[in-house]
Amino acid sequence: MLAIYSDETDLAAMTDEDRGAMYAEYATFAEDMGRRGMMIDGAELRPTAAATTVRVRDGRALVTDGPFAETKEQLGGYFVLDCESIDDAIEAAGRIPSARNGSIEVRPLVER
Amino acid sequence: MRRFGDADLAEESVQEAFGRAAARWPVDGTPASPLGWIVATAGNAAGDRLRRERALRERLPALAAEPARPDPDPFEEQDTVPDDRLELIFTCCHPALPAEASVALTLRLVAGLTTAEIARAFIVPEPSMAQRLVRAKAKIRMAGIPFRRPPGHLLAERLDHAAAVIYLVFNEGYSASSGADVVRRDLCEESIRLARLLASQLPEEPEARGLLALMLLHHARAAARTTAEGEIVLLEHQDRGRWDAGMIRAGSAELRRAERAGAPGAYQLQAAIAEQHARARAFAETDWARVAALYARLAALAPSPVVDLNHAAAVSMADGPARGLELVDALAASGALDRYHLLHAARADMLRRLDRPADALAAYTRALELAPGAADRAFLERRRAEMGRATP
Repeated sequence: MLAIYSDETDLAAMTDEDRGAMYAEYATFAEDMGRRGMMIDGAELRPTAAATTVRVRDGRALVTDGPFAETKEQLGGYFVLDCESIDDAIEAAGRIPSARNGSIEVRPLVER
Repeated sequence: MRRFGDADLAEESVQEAFGRAAARWPVDGTPASPLGWIVATAGNAAGDRLRRERALRERLPALAAEPARPDPDPFEEQDTVPDDRLELIFTCCHPALPAEASVALTLRLVAGLTTAEIARAFIVPEPSMAQRLVRAKAKIRMAGIPFRRPPGHLLAERLDHAAAVIYLVFNEGYSASSGADVVRRDLCEESIRLARLLASQLPEEPEARGLLALMLLHHARAAARTTAEGEIVLLEHQDRGRWDAGMIRAGSAELRRAERAGAPGAYQLQAAIAEQHARARAFAETDWARVAALYARLAALAPSPVVDLNHAAAVSMADGPARGLELVDALAASGALDRYHLLHAARADMLRRLDRPADALAAYTRALELAPGAADRAFLERRRAEMGRATP
């Protein structure tokens, strides 16, 4: 999984033109991953303003507004890719537009 | 890893090969290329192992006794036996691993040092080093770090990374100063072996050979770098008769081979600078103009304020302290090295040579505030005292 972290206020502050260019770049990336047979899943997440956090303590659900943790960069989307090795994942991560201003965390899924 | 998908297995297989070697060499004599033999045997051992895992597990306690490591000549090519050490280097030096883990893994799995030896060399308790190795191997397994020669489009970047790890090992040994630090100085020879392996397996990559040349040309001066008491002797005051002329020739020869590819790189240029120093029969005979020109090329290729500082120092030797001071002042104005004692020490030296003792005194004082090591401090104190006497 490639977890995409970036400052969501940057996205909000983008001009429509810049945002359009970024989404186009995302689309190209996703198409290419699909063509190579690597694409399993991927999505953009709504901003953390839409987040709700749930914890169950002593059998009771505690529901709170907001993300699990306040951080400088927020989880904004993800891809699940089928990679031969970490090298493929690193290369793919480097092509994600948000890698240029945010961070892409590469985490292998547990296979059972 | 490519064949076995498991760093632990590879390591145990190497251990087993050492075990076999220890059992066999007293009878058969040491093979011409012991390390190559070990790795070739390790490949067989791992194949065997997959077929008879249980039997081996019973034998492992006996193999855990660490046999004497063979001591191949670091200056002899070791590429006669095809083996997996190149792939192993690229696994151990993968950028997804932290540098200190890469260093430890490379020494353990490629160079065949024991965990205890690596722990001693890095002045870390053995259990901590063992833990570091365990974590690194877990990361290799879990993250899917491949066991292979990097494909063409990744090779340059990965080679750069592996070279940096090997150079880190070398510098760790190079900075070891006293006779009691023999284990640490052995790191220099280990890293030279590793660079030779890299250069012989990647003949089309001149930077691998440039790294080898650089380390040979530095290591050739090892005997003259410290006094009997373990104090550092500056290049200027080294007894050049104690330099290893054979190793200097070997380093120059490797550099010429690297340069034939016509693709200069940071290691080749640093080796060329080291060669200029190694060639000069006396400090005063150093070809400073050439050294300055090489630093200028290095700065263009791999920009760094430390390279700029060295360039300024070389210029001050070639063209006089006034020209050097201009460059150092420009560098100081950028603020990049404001907390680096050698910038202030270099500036102080140029001011001293320009007969400006008051300014030199101030610069020595600043350098002293920032100098970390006792040897540097003693030298700076002495110079500052001279300036104090020269100041009206």
